Parts: sequence; structure tokens; C-alpha cells
Amino acid sequence: MTEVRDSSSHTVDAPQSFSTAPAETDAGAPVGIGLVGWLRWAWRTLTSMRTALILLFLLALASVPGSLLPQRGTNPIRVTDYLANDPVKGRIFDRLGLFDVFSAPWFAAIYLLLFISLAGCVLPRSLQHWRTVRSRPPAAPRNLHRLPEHRRVAPAAGTAPQQTLDTAAAWLRRARWRVDTTYDGTSGTVAAEKGYARETGNLVFHVALLCLLGAVAYGSLCGFKGTVIVREGSSFADTRAQFDSFNPGKAFRDTSLPPFAFTLTKFTADYQRGGQQNGAAREFSADVKVVREPGSPATAENIQVNEPLVVNGVKVFLVGHGYAPTLTVKDAQGQVVFHDSVVFLPQDGDFTSTGVVKAPDTVPQLGLQGFFLPTAAVDTVLGPHSTFPAADDPAVFLSAWSGDLGLDSGKPQSVYALDTTHMTKLGIEALRPGESWALPGGHGTVTLDGYVQWASFTVASDPGTDLALVAAVAAITGLALSLLVRRRRVWVRVSSGPQGVTVVEVAGLTRSEHASVAEEVDALASALGTTSNTRTTAPQGPEENR
Amino acid sequence: MTVNETLATYSNYLVYGAMAAYSIAMFAFAVSFAAMRGRDLVPASAAPATTDADNGSLAVVTKVATTVGGPDDGALPPGRRAGNIGMSTTWLGTILLGAAVLLRGLSVQRAPWGNMCEFSMTSAFAIALTFCLMSLKRDLRWLGVFVVTPVLLILGAAMTFLYTEAAQLVPALKSYWLVIHVSAAMICGAAFCIGAMVTLLFLVADASERRHAVGGTYRLDWLAARLPESARLDAMAYRIHAFMFPLWTFAIVAGAIWAENAWGRYWGWDPKETWAFITWVAYAAYLHARATVGWKGRKAAAIALVAFGCFVFNYVGVNIFITGLHSYAGV
Repeated sequence: MTEVRDSSSHTVDAPQSFSTAPAETDAGAPVGIGLVGWLRWAWRTLTSMRTALILLFLLALASVPGSLLPQRGTNPIRVTDYLANDPVKGRIFDRLGLFDVFSAPWFAAIYLLLFISLAGCVLPRSLQHWRTVRSRPPAAPRNLHRLPEHRRVAPAAGTAPQQTLDTAAAWLRRARWRVDTTYDGTSGTVAAEKGYARETGNLVFHVALLCLLGAVAYGSLCGFKGTVIVREGSSFADTRAQFDSFNPGKAFRDTSLPPFAFTLTKFTADYQRGGQQNGAAREFSADVKVVREPGSPATAENIQVNEPLVVNGVKVFLVGHGYAPTLTVKDAQGQVVFHDSVVFLPQDGDFTSTGVVKAPDTVPQLGLQGFFLPTAAVDTVLGPHSTFPAADDPAVFLSAWSGDLGLDSGKPQSVYALDTTHMTKLGIEALRPGESWALPGGHGTVTLDGYVQWASFTVASDPGTDLALVAAVAAITGLALSLLVRRRRVWVRVSSGPQGVTVVEVAGLTRSEHASVAEEVDALASALGTTSNTRTTAPQGPEENR
Repeated sequence: MTVNETLATYSNYLVYGAMAAYSIAMFAFAVSFAAMRGRDLVPASAAPATTDADNGSLAVVTKVATTVGGPDDGALPPGRRAGNIGMSTTWLGTILLGAAVLLRGLSVQRAPWGNMCEFSMTSAFAIALTFCLMSLKRDLRWLGVFVVTPVLLILGAAMTFLYTEAAQLVPALKSYWLVIHVSAAMICGAAFCIGAMVTLLFLVADASERRHAVGGTYRLDWLAARLPESARLDAMAYRIHAFMFPLWTFAIVAGAIWAENAWGRYWGWDPKETWAFITWVAYAAYLHARATVGWKGRKAAAIALVAFGCFVFNYVGVNIFITGLHSYAGV
């Protein structure tokens, strides 16, 4: 449409050609057009704005259950609980993928359709925009006075038409408009257009969204994420076997795990004491010694919640912490059958923690389970519990079991649970650091030597992050351009009036919503001479001042 | 770092002062609104074209501008004085509230938006300040009561059931991204709130104009008569939303960068992230709807209101009813 140079084809509804958006037609279902016609119809429907709008709604709607129901990706334990508590509804929900919304096929279907629709819309528009930017600004409509902004200008006496046109073109070029001048010896026009960044920004934004999707896909395909609990004084080496849980992307290979290792030398936690937020965490800090590559010297570093350790493109995040009481178990003969710091998992905000000790190397086998309480208290309602997260008055409350731990059955066992089906309870006891407990029936002794703290770390690598960031920045930039830049056109026409008087008209047009070219038209008009007629501006109230 | 209790107490007093000022403003705006001479709702084409009728209430404003300062300006138009009182007490309340936010921040030596109480307080300030700044460029007395009322409600919530003593932050929040991400979200929230109010008023004006176009009347004509024409309200709402959508995108991206730095992933479909996404998609749908045949006007306005509902739910609902990574001590 911009190729047309014949001004007669331009009418006042020229703004319609401002956008490169395909015309919205509600053609309805095609009749008798064959397969190709149907495909074309399907493609046109899919890439229409209305379809995109509906897909956007669906996308928002489909995300809702993902926030209201527990999700396997973020909270698998609560999904298991949900299935246990409400098996009927849970089974139906599970079948529908409502516990894995964001990896469900129907969710993928929505966003893939949306992105296909987006690509189908954006790519042709990019071509169109490319042509528009390279072609000349559209020629002046025949009746300039019908445009929303129109001024009649009287140039200084003796100014030749050519001179006026040149002045206008120069003025516009200085203001960075794209300008096209035509002059046939008696009359001529200057056509100018500005604000192409609006459509450029719009296209950049949508293409950036496609790139963002690509970056997310690439990152989740080639990245990995693992978690590990490390006790003070213990070490972690970056191999798959050492992780407590490990989630690699589909295209991830173990050889891309960088070979680093670190030792947790000290974990520090600080809590608010007193006040409304008593016990709220204030400071977490993990001192580590890092060996970045095999053979290189260990360096002391510090990991905090918002300050991960970065090693060869892999980041190590501090995500949790807890206590590990150090326990020694001796059998009836006084032989040490167990001596270690055992990770107890916190159950509440005050770090009432539960854990298990298994001593298989004695006959009968011994098992302990119970609580570690950093600040111990007992009452009739809560039983043994902790009243403050810091280890002000630590104690363990243990029950001892004797019999068969069931480790030889071949079934995998959790290190945090004791299978007491083939065991008998020996008794329960509370121990403070340094105290020992002679197990009833001469089964041996249990000593609480003390405790260490543990910290849990997420080790993660997402090679798509940088691309995602670039795409996000491009998207924001494009968005800002497309919503804030005004696309507008102005025309200057110099023609001979009835009595041989030179008539100079300046007119402007904008289609960007509720924007105006009035100021620019005024400025251009006054650069060409004195504005003689009144402003014909659409009525605007005082609050529309810009 | 300890908490300076004295400053925190003064901050609370200032909030109460601001609430008193806003209460007066609300009352004054309401009086002004009620007393305002409504514009003629009969469409210009049907009524004999008089210079005043087709410019509506704005013509009143224009006329006022010419009479004020004139030789006999003893008679202000109805509601004008109350509107002026509303505007100046809103400014006063906003200054007091700004000081309260500042003192709260100084008392804990950090950005004062670490929990829902502080966030609500600062958001209320952001809404009021946005309104005040917008009113510098145009006459917004008609909007006053619709902005000051939510501000007052938010402040009331912040000082009662959301109230939290001044305290230090949990480690997860100790990051400069707190300043960037949360302040961007608050500014968006403030503008979206005003945008939603204007959109709501647009729906009233639009409904009234539709009925009058076919010779009917509308239950809320008394309201519509005191508002600018629907086209102008629509334009104003659009401009607010279009201006804020890039910033909302930025707020989400800043949150993602922070999440990458704190949790090892930039996007994890945590409930807060999910609802930020839903809000974003809803506002994107609004912007698209305005460019789609058959979706302009009422339907687009309804989408904008749904989007604001999502924003509010993300703040209130997700914080209180859903557990996720964004649940922190002291709500």
C-alpha cells in the first residue's frame, strides 16, 4: 500500500494503512475451498489477534490451578499428602495433570499454539515493516484540511514555492523525520513520517518472547539442579553420587559437571530475640573451603542466601540448615558400634528436628529415633519441642529399639525413618550434651557428645540464563518503544490558489492511540510563515494537556 | 543493626496524621463531587448545539479558569471549594505519609517494604503520590474520592491486622533487589489501582452514554453526569496501563533475576510468580483487546479490571492463603 504514489488513492481514512497489522475480517468458515483453502483458513484464524487473545486468556486460566494445588515440581511432599488425604479427587486431578500443570501437555499445547500464532503474526509483519521503512513516506491525501490537524500558512512575501518546500523538508530532516518531496514546477508536497520505532519495538518485543521461550527450553534441556546436605566438617564433591537429589535436563551429560569440591567449615545463624518476630532468622552464613579444580589449593569462601558461590558456571546456593547431634552408641560389650553426627530434619520454625540412628553392626541390631531440640522444652500438649531456633539449651529425646532393622530385605530404606516392624522398644530418654544413657536390658549405651550444624545447598547450572536475560531486556525495551513512541505523519502542500496566490497547507495525522501531532504541526507551520487560519483540532478538554 | 524504636513510633504517629488528613480529603472530595454541577447527558447530536453542552463538565472547568481571579470571583462554582480542600488535604496527607515511610525506613535502616504492613504503607503512599503528581497536569478533583478512599482503606489495614513492629529482615530479603523489584511492583500497583478506578468509572460513563444514545436513562446517571465523557476516561485508563505495562514487565524480570540469585532458578512457578505471570498475561490481553475489533471499550475494560483483581490477589491472597517461597516472617 505504501508503493502507491498516486495521491488520488489516498483518502482521509489513510490512517488505516498506518499499522502493518493484517486487516481483521470476520470471514466465517469457508465454503467449498478444498484442503488448501481450509489450511489457509486455519492458519489465518490461528494467527489472528482474536485467537491470540483467547489463547492469552486460556494461558492465564490454565496457570491458576498451578498456584492453588500443590505441584510436584515445587512441593512433591504436599502432593503425596493430598493424594493420601483425598484419594478420589486426587486421582482425578492427577490424571488431568493438575499436580504438574506447568509440564502438562495441555499447558504446553496452549503456549505452543500461542507462540505459533505469535510467530505467524510477527514474521509477516516484520517483512511488511521492513518494506515500509525502506519505502517513501505515503503521499499527501488530496484534502489535507480533512485531517485531524490542519493549518493554513502564509509564507513571507516573495517566497518561492520551491523555497517553502525546501525549508519544510530541511526542518523535518533536522527533527529526524523521513521525508519525501515532490514538485512539478507549480505545486508540490512534502510527505514525512516518524515514529517507526513503535512498530519496531512491537516486533522486537514479540520476537524476544520467542527467544525467551527458546532460552527456557535450552536451559531446562542442558542444565541440571541438585541438592545436598553438608554437615559442618564434612565435604561435598561435585559428582552425581554425592547429591541427595539430582534433576538433570534431558540433554545433560555427567561429564559436564565441573569437578569442584568444598568443605563446610562453619555455619552461622542469627535470630531475632524478643519482639513480635521473636525467632525470625536474621543471618545465615556458610563458611566453606573450596577446591575449584582437582589439585588446586583450597580457598576460604563464604556463601549466604543472596550470595551464591560460583564455580565454573555452576552456582552453589545456600537454601536450608539444621542440626546434626553427634551420638555414640556402644554395644553390651562396650564396643563402639556407631559414632557420627546425624542429620535431623527440622519440623517447625523453632527447629524441633527429627532423625534416626541405625546401628546394624551388632546383634541384635539397635535403632534410635527421636527429636533434637535446640532449645528444649516439654509440655503435655506439644510433648518435647523446641522454643527457639538457636541452640541455647540443646537436648535429644530418643527412643531406643532392638531387633532387625530390615536393612537386608533388599528394599530401599530412607535414612530418616526407622522400620520398627521387627524391633522391640527398649525405652525412652532425654539426653543433654555429655550425658549417657545405659539402655535397658544391658543392650549398651547411647551418648550425646554434642551437635554440629548442617547446611543444605542447591547446586545448579542453567546455560539458558544469559540468553533469557538478553531476551527479557530486549522485550522490555521493545515494549517501552511500542507503547510510548508515537507514529505520525505530516504533509506540506504548496499550490496555487484561485487568484494566483500561493497556498501553503500543513497537516498531520497520528494513529497511535490518543497521541497528537498538534505541537509538531504548529512548530512546522510557524517555521514556514504565519499561520493564518484557526487551528482545526479535534475538541480537547483542559485535562488532555500534554 | 538494632531498631530505632523512637523513629518507628514517630512513623506510626505520622501515619495516623496522614489518615486524618485523608479522611478530611475523602469527605471534602465527596462533598465536592455531590455538589458538582453535572453535565448534560443528552448526546450532542440530539440536543441543540450549545457551546457549553457538548464540552460537558469540562466546559465548566474552562469557564471557572476564566472567572477565577476575575474582578468578582466571590462565587465559586458549586463544589469547587470542597474540591480544593480535598486536593490540599490530600497533598498534606501524602507529605505526612511520605515522612512516615521515610522514618520507618530510617528506624530499621533498610527499604521500608519488608513485610505486608510496610508494603501496604508504602503502596498507599505510592498511590497517593501518583494521584497528586497526575493532578498537577490536569484537573482530577472528580477522581479524588475514588483514589483517597482505597488509600485510606489500605492504610487502615496496614495499621491494624497487618501491623508489624519495625524489625530487621529475614536473610532471604537482604538484597538490593528488594529495593528494585519491590519498588517497581509497588509503583505498578499504585498506577494499576488508579487505572482500575478510572476503568470502573469508564464503565459507568459508557453504560450511561449507551442508554442515552437510545433515549433511555441509567441508574448511575447522577455519577456519570459528574464524570468526563467515556472516551476521555477510556483514553486516560489506557494511557496509565500502557505506561505501566513495561514497568510491570520489568518488575517481573527483576524478580526473576533476584530469584536466580537467591534460589538458583529464575522461574519456578512459585505461587507468587504464577500470579505475577497471570497478571501480566491479563494486562497483555487488555492491550491486545484494545486493538481487536469487537473487543474495544467495555470488554477491554472488563479485562483490565480482571487483571487488577489478579494483581490484588497476588498481593493479598497469595501472601495470606497460599504457602510458597514468598511467605516470610511477619507476613
